Amino acid sequence: MSDALLKVRDLKIGARVYPPGEKPRDIDIVHGVSFDLEKGKVLGLIGESGAGKSTIGLATMAYGRGGVEITGGEVWVNGREILGTSLKDLRQLRGTEVTYVSQSAAASFNPAKKIMEQVIEASIHASKFSKKDAEARAIDLFTRLGLPDPETIGDRYPHQVSGGQLQRCMTALALCPEPDLVVFDEPTTALDVTTQIDVLMAIKKAIRDTGVAALYITHDLAVVAQVSDEIMVLRMGDMVEHGTTDQIINAPKEEYTSDLVSVRSRKHEGKPPSDNPVLTIEHVTARYKGTNFDVLHDVSMELHAGQTLAVVGESGSGKSTTARVMTGLLPAREGQIVFEDRTLSADLKGRARDDLREIQMIYQMADVAMNPRQTVGTIIGRPLEFYFGMRGAEKHKRIDELLDDIEMGAEFKDRYPAELSGGQKQRVCIARALAAKPKVIICDEVTSALDPLVAEDILKLLHNLQKREQVAYLFITHDLATVRAIADSIAVMYQGRVVRYGTKAEVLSPPFDDYTDLLLSSVPEMRLGWLEEVVEHRKMESAGN
Amino acid sequence: MPLLLKLLVQRIALGLLLLLMVSVLIFWGTNILPGDVAQSILGQSATPEALANIREELGLNEPALSRYFDWLGGLVQGDLGTALTSGQDIAASLGSRLKNTLFLAFWAAVVAVPLAIFLGLLAVRYRERWPDKLISAVTLASISVPEFLIGYILMYFVGVKLGWAPTVSMIHDGMSLGQKLSSIALPVAVLTMVVLAHMMRMTRAAILNVMQSAYIETAELKGLTSFQVIARHALPNSIAPIVNVVMLNLAYLVVGVVVVEVVFTYPGMGQYLVDHVSKRDVPVVQACGLIFAAVYIGLNMVADIVSILANPRLRHPK
Repeated sequence: MSDALLKVRDLKIGARVYPPGEKPRDIDIVHGVSFDLEKGKVLGLIGESGAGKSTIGLATMAYGRGGVEITGGEVWVNGREILGTSLKDLRQLRGTEVTYVSQSAAASFNPAKKIMEQVIEASIHASKFSKKDAEARAIDLFTRLGLPDPETIGDRYPHQVSGGQLQRCMTALALCPEPDLVVFDEPTTALDVTTQIDVLMAIKKAIRDTGVAALYITHDLAVVAQVSDEIMVLRMGDMVEHGTTDQIINAPKEEYTSDLVSVRSRKHEGKPPSDNPVLTIEHVTARYKGTNFDVLHDVSMELHAGQTLAVVGESGSGKSTTARVMTGLLPAREGQIVFEDRTLSADLKGRARDDLREIQMIYQMADVAMNPRQTVGTIIGRPLEFYFGMRGAEKHKRIDELLDDIEMGAEFKDRYPAELSGGQKQRVCIARALAAKPKVIICDEVTSALDPLVAEDILKLLHNLQKREQVAYLFITHDLATVRAIADSIAVMYQGRVVRYGTKAEVLSPPFDDYTDLLLSSVPEMRLGWLEEVVEHRKMESAGN
Repeated sequence: MPLLLKLLVQRIALGLLLLLMVSVLIFWGTNILPGDVAQSILGQSATPEALANIREELGLNEPALSRYFDWLGGLVQGDLGTALTSGQDIAASLGSRLKNTLFLAFWAAVVAVPLAIFLGLLAVRYRERWPDKLISAVTLASISVPEFLIGYILMYFVGVKLGWAPTVSMIHDGMSLGQKLSSIALPVAVLTMVVLAHMMRMTRAAILNVMQSAYIETAELKGLTSFQVIARHALPNSIAPIVNVVMLNLAYLVVGVVVVEVVFTYPGMGQYLVDHVSKRDVPVVQACGLIFAAVYIGLNMVADIVSILANPRLRHPK
């Protein structure tokens, strides 16, 4: 045996699934994956959801989430095989030799306990450090991770710090017991791009400073390229390719890997706006019921037939609120919403059925936007009945056409949402919106929950439908790569205001305002050394100021 | 902090308002009850004149509204009135009875609450396995049997056959604490069995509810043992529902002991109440009813306040 810190040999993992209406059956999630990881190195695990990345990550702690079970192979940590050991021995490994950073720190911190107590718990439990030493270590880590008030931040409860800070606290939690290996499971996926860059840099620095080895799991190749020495590409439980980061990014051998690398390079020529906007909102101000501050300030934008207006900004910037105001779900306090040449009622209740029909929505979470007890046919058929009074054969013919439009066949008509994949569910939601024959469709983060390749197919579909139906899209997203791929015009929002607005070419060309510059420069680029460059650039800028 | 204070003041004000409404209900309810105090004092052979006299003397001919406000005015000053039948001050005779009832309830709670929570934790630790099923089966069986029957069964086997505990739970001020405890051992056992299942199952359900959370996985991946995960990480997040059901059962221990007190001839409020209901002594029934209501409302208010305090978001606002 060589002296690698972590050796995984022919790892096989399975799970029992409970498909609706069928008997439970066992499926394989990971079929025989092998790799080594040396001390102080970072291996990136990349792939789409269902590729088995997280499952493999947790298997290095011999842990199976839910009904997941490790069915074969070997995992060696520090020269010990851990799959065959007792639960008692595993407990000594977990939390001290191998630790875990999860995707959502907000959910992974116990809301009832102070941060410090949770950060040092594993060290004290394993008697690795005294309480005093562990606390000193934690404060040192808080400092190195760039957290504000490192001396006292541990006395706060998780809800009292921001999402980006909590994610760094989670990293401190994982590093506190001086582990040999840390498993980072999508640690920046839930963060805004502007926050992601700080957390990413903090993690990278902490890894380098402590000399710990890490498994870095993500679906974002541009992110993993910044932190890892090697990358392993996984697909449906099989290894596709394993090489150095440089080789995977610049000279991928497998076709699947090159698809992943090139997924962000989709180009779209922006069209100039026409003279007659289909939907205009003018100087809209809005606030939520029972509050006394505005969440939207003087927001104006125009939608044009056959074109896409992308609304970008970080969470809390007012993107979705703008959509709610357009639909009338949240009545505007001031300002107007003009559709073609008539002014719409601010409140949903004051709009005619035909006004409602003209503006449709597609949501981020296709799962929860559909009634799980209705079939695809019923879901798509509902707007046909409601808006057009269609019945019987006429309705079924139209449902078949719509299913054809979204590149799914008529055989899906009798399926339930639970029997569809994530991309298929989103397609059904698109068909439901199209069924109303609207002039405007609001797409609220419709691709954010999807894997990059699936998301790209959805974008293509939306684009083709737009060309044919001449529908206008309001495309809400935090992902600038998506914006480049679909937008004709762009509105950048920050703290409830539109800070930059214009055609794609105008908005994305310098000179930039400060916020747009920050936003654009925060989007990870798929090349080595990008992270350092950006951070160095920002340091110089702030020194220059 | 102002938010927290506001919530607490709201709860307490609501509790007092509720108590006032209950006093109206009790007064109204006892007034429409059939039966006549004068008749039961003087017996069947009383002459109409004698009945009219005694009614006049007891103030029964006054309009209901003015009698209610007289009564309420007395209550506010701590005067519960005098018993119609014996002429004794109700507050004085209730005092020692209430003390005894609280004594019994307190010791039943001391045994039952920690036991219920511990069994709940144990049931979660071994969920869907035999210890969980055994705990569920035993506690459910004990709650399903009427309490007077459990009382007589324990009396027969533990008291008469084995002779481990007295079958009659008389206590008086001259007894030492040890003597009192041994005297109430059997009623405490019965009450524990009655309230255990409810609290245990709620603890189990509340904890299982948070066991799916991501922070439980974090705790498991720290290498903690299953029991540490449950007790340190799951329990603090399930406090609110558990406290609610615990308080409900504590209230039951005070209010619902009537049957058990009668079975064990324990000198508590329950027996006092039953005696005076049969004598149609309305002021005593009203006073007992109001005290029971106050205990119920008070304990539920405590449950609400603890739930509010258990929420770190309210205790430590941003």
